[in-house]
Amino acid sequence: MLEYPRWKYILVVVVLVVAFILALPNVFGDDPALQIERKDKEPMTATALPGIKQFLGDQHLGYTSIYLDGNTIMVRFANSADQFKARDAVNAKYADQYITALSFASRAPTALRVLGLRPMRLGLDLRGGLYLLYQVDTQSAISQLLDSYAQDLRRALTQANIQYGDVTPVASSGTAVDSLRLTLPAGANVAAAQRVAEKALPDLPFSQVNVGGAPALQGTLTAKAIHDRQDYAIEQNLVTLRNRVNALGVAEPAVTRQGVDRINVQLPGVTNSAEVKDLLGKVATLEFRLNATSGDPYEVAQHGNAPVGTKLYYTRTGQPLLLKREIIATGDDLTSAQAATDQDGPIVNIKLDSRAGDRMLAATQANIGRPMAVVYIEKHRETSEVDGKKVTRDVTDEKVINDATIQGVFGNAFRIMGLTSGEARDLALEIRSGSLSTPIYPVDERTVGPSLGQKNIDRGVAALEIGMGAVFLFMFIYYKVFGLVADAVLLANVVVLTALLSLMGSVLSLPGIAGIILTVGIAVDSNVLIYERIREELRNGVSPQAAIRAGFEKAFSAILDSNVTTAIAGIVLWALGTEAIRGFAVVLTLGIATSMFTSLMGSRALITIIYGGRRKLTRLAI
Amino acid sequence: MEFFHKPTNFPFMATRKVWYGLSIIMIIVAVASLATRHLNLAIDFTGGVNIPATFPSAANVEVVRAALSKAGYPDPQVQSFGSSRDVAIRLPPLGDKQDAQSIRAQVTKVLQGVDPQVQVQAPDVVGPQVGGELWRSAEWALFFTLLFISVYIALRFHTWRLSLGAILAVMHDPILVLGIFSVLQTQFDLPSVAAILAVIGYSLNDTVVVFDRIRERFHANRRLPSAQVLDQSINQTLSRTIMTKVVTAIVVVALLFIGGPALRGFSEALLIGILAGTYSSIYISSAIALDCGLTSEHLFPTMKKTAADAMP
Repeated sequence: MLEYPRWKYILVVVVLVVAFILALPNVFGDDPALQIERKDKEPMTATALPGIKQFLGDQHLGYTSIYLDGNTIMVRFANSADQFKARDAVNAKYADQYITALSFASRAPTALRVLGLRPMRLGLDLRGGLYLLYQVDTQSAISQLLDSYAQDLRRALTQANIQYGDVTPVASSGTAVDSLRLTLPAGANVAAAQRVAEKALPDLPFSQVNVGGAPALQGTLTAKAIHDRQDYAIEQNLVTLRNRVNALGVAEPAVTRQGVDRINVQLPGVTNSAEVKDLLGKVATLEFRLNATSGDPYEVAQHGNAPVGTKLYYTRTGQPLLLKREIIATGDDLTSAQAATDQDGPIVNIKLDSRAGDRMLAATQANIGRPMAVVYIEKHRETSEVDGKKVTRDVTDEKVINDATIQGVFGNAFRIMGLTSGEARDLALEIRSGSLSTPIYPVDERTVGPSLGQKNIDRGVAALEIGMGAVFLFMFIYYKVFGLVADAVLLANVVVLTALLSLMGSVLSLPGIAGIILTVGIAVDSNVLIYERIREELRNGVSPQAAIRAGFEKAFSAILDSNVTTAIAGIVLWALGTEAIRGFAVVLTLGIATSMFTSLMGSRALITIIYGGRRKLTRLAI
Repeated sequence: MEFFHKPTNFPFMATRKVWYGLSIIMIIVAVASLATRHLNLAIDFTGGVNIPATFPSAANVEVVRAALSKAGYPDPQVQSFGSSRDVAIRLPPLGDKQDAQSIRAQVTKVLQGVDPQVQVQAPDVVGPQVGGELWRSAEWALFFTLLFISVYIALRFHTWRLSLGAILAVMHDPILVLGIFSVLQTQFDLPSVAAILAVIGYSLNDTVVVFDRIRERFHANRRLPSAQVLDQSINQTLSRTIMTKVVTAIVVVALLFIGGPALRGFSEALLIGILAGTYSSIYISSAIALDCGLTSEHLFPTMKKTAADAMP
């Protein structure tokens, strides 16, 4: 008699049932679909459905279904030609209300969708699209920080009536700027200057140095301060890139941090890289400025000659506006900008850091009842051909995004009122993206044609199916009943692996398919190890049931050691590999875990069911 | 059905000098070819543009190449791709203001001069940066993989001799795969790298299974000479080694012939690697451990005393 603990049977059954459900969405495939969102980012409601339905019907645009999916409306189509036609029509009709994105909608039944179960997403190499890798210029984030520190230090020294030579950012070692140097006149009170400097800039420990015979103080950013600032710069860029990417109307875009200082942008289905790069690579900032007290903006707009100390700007609607040249605060000083609603209606809450708060306090005290404007400044690089030569120039776009009256005295926290809820949301978003001031530049790009992608999938899947079919047949011929058990176990392994990958929201790429094939090989191997061992035991004259027991027990250490060594390789690749290698490593590492489970527990449970209960077992079909 | 119904008894250890010699020759050829002919790197590494085009009838690669040269594309590479009607055109990396769509339009214009009914598909465009980083990260990954695995084997089997055997056998396989890619000038692309990583996985798997059997045989009979124990272990695991490889090869052959051109580099690397890995785990890994002086005491260090006590 062979026995196997009941809890192990239960575990195997539970895992398989759960895995089957999780993996199920992958079976149904996708419909081309159109995703419709509200332009003001408010959630879509069912009330918008009849209008869109009516419009699509009137235009004779064939769709298979339309429904509310979370905050968006999904429209499914039978083919992508209908999808494109519908997108163009919806864009033309609802340009001011909705944003559309071409998308794929899983054909899985509603029940699965409601449970939040999604199929694995396909990588760009399989379905085509644009991949961009951005480098964040973290060094410039550090020098910006030092510049603003230098400004604060000068202010503090002037306030404390301490004579000083100059404050300059320098490099403590190497070429990367990481310190501030404060030079003092000969015979100055160095200790007093140090006290003021350390009070003004607590996270910059100053020490006395000697520069060309004159006394000086030098403070170096701690490693942690540098790291925090770099992280902040990258996180800020990530958020901004996400917002800009979302504005592109691409289905399932991915914007992720890669390594220490890079951001990886993946845009399925996009091929016009030049336009996208221009849009994503913009550097934006903000300026808070007071309106000028004299001068007629319309007259200045017509004749030029802005009064001294003022500058002419335009609002989004093209209205001219004269603003003072003095800047109260910039995007760098901003710590947060959030849209909210209170008793006065929709508002944007803004917080500045304390230094800018001081300046804001002084400005508002003197200017209650006068308007203050928020200017949004965007820089991007434009390349054009002049007489056959490439000319690159930096283009600066400036526009006033808000002009509001100062209602009271405030410092570092204030709010902008008198907006609609959509406007508040947009303004908060724009202000936040205006605080992006660390430059990024593309270091790599890749466009994959979608037609090649589809062919890749079809042929790859066909090859995998035929290959697996041949393996199943071969295992059956070679190991008979045990071969069938192995086939069932292999199938279970693919199901469990697919379930895990879907659950993790992994992206399946070509190297990922390679990982699946390797996993199939490893799962087969575990079974072969066990069965060969059973055959060996049988040849040595051991009884069938004892041979099965010995086969599983003796094969275990070989299976464990060989899988652990391969898993080590998988984990190292996962940790150190680039994007493509990582796709392979994830599948490999998970596949080893699932194949250990299915081959050891699953196959033993099955074999015990088949052979365990028989009292007189004289031979095995192996 | 069984490949080896009776236990085999091949003298692997006695003939090991022959296999060493064979391996050394193969590695020299591989390294020489890599040094002189290099690898035929795909745009995944070099950066550039790959444009698939389909002609209504069999395409004349030379005519297409000449047309592109005449249109001002420096050094265009045109290859048959899939069928005789399909070609893949490879161009150097894009300029600043070009993108996938503009280059497609330009190339379409040129190819329509060759045959008006040509269909030009959306191109693959790869920036030049990623290749170098991929190599560097792959090198580091390989280094740490080998390091951790040798530590694991040394701990599990109590001897560095097996670690060394495993590591040398494992390094042997990717060198041979790269060498064959270099000799045949097959295009080496990103999926090929994944395949080489898979090959390392397979080869390790095999080697460790043999080691596991060596440990078991030593445990069963400590008096047998090491060479005989290693021979027994390899012979006893031989049917498993071959069976596993045949099964995996079935899938890979299906990929090679049905998977289409995108999977070609991948499946070729995998097939060569499986052969190399099987060879190295049968002929090389254990033999190296033997030449490092492997005995049962290395695997069971505490048994030395018990063994002596048991003697009459």
